[in-house]
Amino acid sequence: MSVSTVTKDQFKSFVAALVDSDQKVVGVQAKDDKFAFGELTDADNLRLDYDVTILPPKKYMLPQKETLMSFKVGGAAQTVQPDEKMVLIGVHPYDMVAINQMDTLFSQGQYDTHYMNRRNNITIIACDVVTPSENVFASSMNTATCDSGFDILLTDIGDTFVVEAATEKGEALVKTINGAKNADAADTDKRKAVQDKNVASLNKHQLECKPSDLPDLLEKSYDHPVWEEKAEMCYSCGSCNQVCPTCYCFDVQDEVNWDLKTGSRCRSWDGCLLANFATVAGNHNFREKRADRFRHRLYRKGKYVPGKIGGQIACVGCGRCISACTTKIANPVEIYNTLMEKN
Amino acid sequence: MCECCNGKKDIYLPELCTITKRRMLNGTELYMHLEKEDGGDFDYIPGQFVEVSIAGIGEAPISISSSPTQKGMELVIRNVGALTKVIHKLEVGDKIGIRGPYGSTYPIEAAKGKDLVFICGGIGLVPQRSFIRYALDHRADYGDITVLIGTKCHDMRLFREEIALWEERKDMTVMETIDEGHDCWNGNVGVVTTLIPKVESHLPNSQILVCGPPIMYKFVLMALAEAKVPEENIFVNLERRMKCGVGKCGHCQINELYVCQDGPVFRYSDLASVPEAI
Repeated sequence: MSVSTVTKDQFKSFVAALVDSDQKVVGVQAKDDKFAFGELTDADNLRLDYDVTILPPKKYMLPQKETLMSFKVGGAAQTVQPDEKMVLIGVHPYDMVAINQMDTLFSQGQYDTHYMNRRNNITIIACDVVTPSENVFASSMNTATCDSGFDILLTDIGDTFVVEAATEKGEALVKTINGAKNADAADTDKRKAVQDKNVASLNKHQLECKPSDLPDLLEKSYDHPVWEEKAEMCYSCGSCNQVCPTCYCFDVQDEVNWDLKTGSRCRSWDGCLLANFATVAGNHNFREKRADRFRHRLYRKGKYVPGKIGGQIACVGCGRCISACTTKIANPVEIYNTLMEKN
Repeated sequence: MCECCNGKKDIYLPELCTITKRRMLNGTELYMHLEKEDGGDFDYIPGQFVEVSIAGIGEAPISISSSPTQKGMELVIRNVGALTKVIHKLEVGDKIGIRGPYGSTYPIEAAKGKDLVFICGGIGLVPQRSFIRYALDHRADYGDITVLIGTKCHDMRLFREEIALWEERKDMTVMETIDEGHDCWNGNVGVVTTLIPKVESHLPNSQILVCGPPIMYKFVLMALAEAKVPEENIFVNLERRMKCGVGKCGHCQINELYVCQDGPVFRYSDLASVPEAI
């Protein structure tokens, strides 16, 4: 597929045209002193120089809350399938890797039409990182750049973006950018320089092993004291779960409408750190201890989920959990490095 | 099914089935027999479970208690939460949502030609009954069948008439015990593990199927270890919060295993490196 360059002004005009079209456009925007993905109503608000968003873009494939079906109370249900198309602008490589993992998890085995419909309706314009966030460690996780999943990848090389169209959907969109020129070798060299720099520098925390070593490291660390030590400070608030781009556990609840005759079955995010996550009827909690729940999250990222997705580590180094944790115990790098010291 | 799903089925959508029989087995356990609206067969294997749903209340994983050799499907549901409370109020002719079956199965093929020992605690008898009935319906395929049943108290005993019929059969052995003695009870008193020594000579060469409350497994497995039963001959049927049933939602995980997919029936030797299991 094609690689071209567009000036930042040309790109802004393209986004403005998209915003004016009847297509839903979502992009990264400032939110107080942070950034967040949100519906874009003005191209000027798009901030591709952002460091990290509060929540990952997974909320567009797996919304915090979504309707799976509508029903008559006590009766039959009809599936509710999302069909809204959307262009999602500004996905960082680490988040792209996370989306690729989720795509595998929701499509393998039993195919989840709700997730996959949303995903298939989204055109992703990813962008290489311009400003590293305070806790990013994507370099350690080999996720500072990405090579698949997006329709278009933007790289900021100064006054221009290098624009790579990776799919037919992406190619069609790029064709609508007025003034796009074929990228020359100097442009792609500049792009490579940006990506090489990110590979080296998106690393505020240095994992002392290869990500692929984590499953074996965890295999022998089940009874390590670090779980108890860290968990003593854990509020079981689930913040680390909620901000994580690879957490996909969910709960399903029925909601009855005011008429008391109809309602909907809704899916919402859940978190394995929450106290009642593994509680069954009769109030038996199969993961009652904080330390066990704390350990479970790290094992899911470094061992359990990798077992389902061909060994890929389900932590992409975005650093959001580190920033979100009130008591500063969630840093996966710190924990994995501690496990290495004593093993 | 619709165009936007590429012709793929919504895996979360329940199918309505009709309650064709219902009765209380004791003060808290409701037995129900279900049939599909189109009269078709339920396609399942002993050991599997279904997600039972009432629109407006929710869903819960429930073990299948019948054998696929029977018509329809039988469930036994304890009145223990918001959903099951409503299910208990349903009458014959009412509809109930079903998804599934899900999960692993008892070793109905691998156990052929071998002796079977079922160790059942409380409502652990419910899923075990599926394989017991299946084995009785294919009696020639299996060796000796021994069923050990432990119940908390006399009033909570399940399937009393059926157990009485099993006791009359010459081609199976049934032993029952209750934890606390009772005036109307002349049988064994004590937890289900107290029955194990009575069949000990039988154990090492049998396939042992275990299902009961969480606390029971530890003691039963200790007793089986003492009786020198190889771990690969033991099958445990584990309960967890199988919310989605399709290996996505994460609630039923025990370490890396998903009970809704890898279980609920596990070969005990496969759980050696799964510390959260027992």
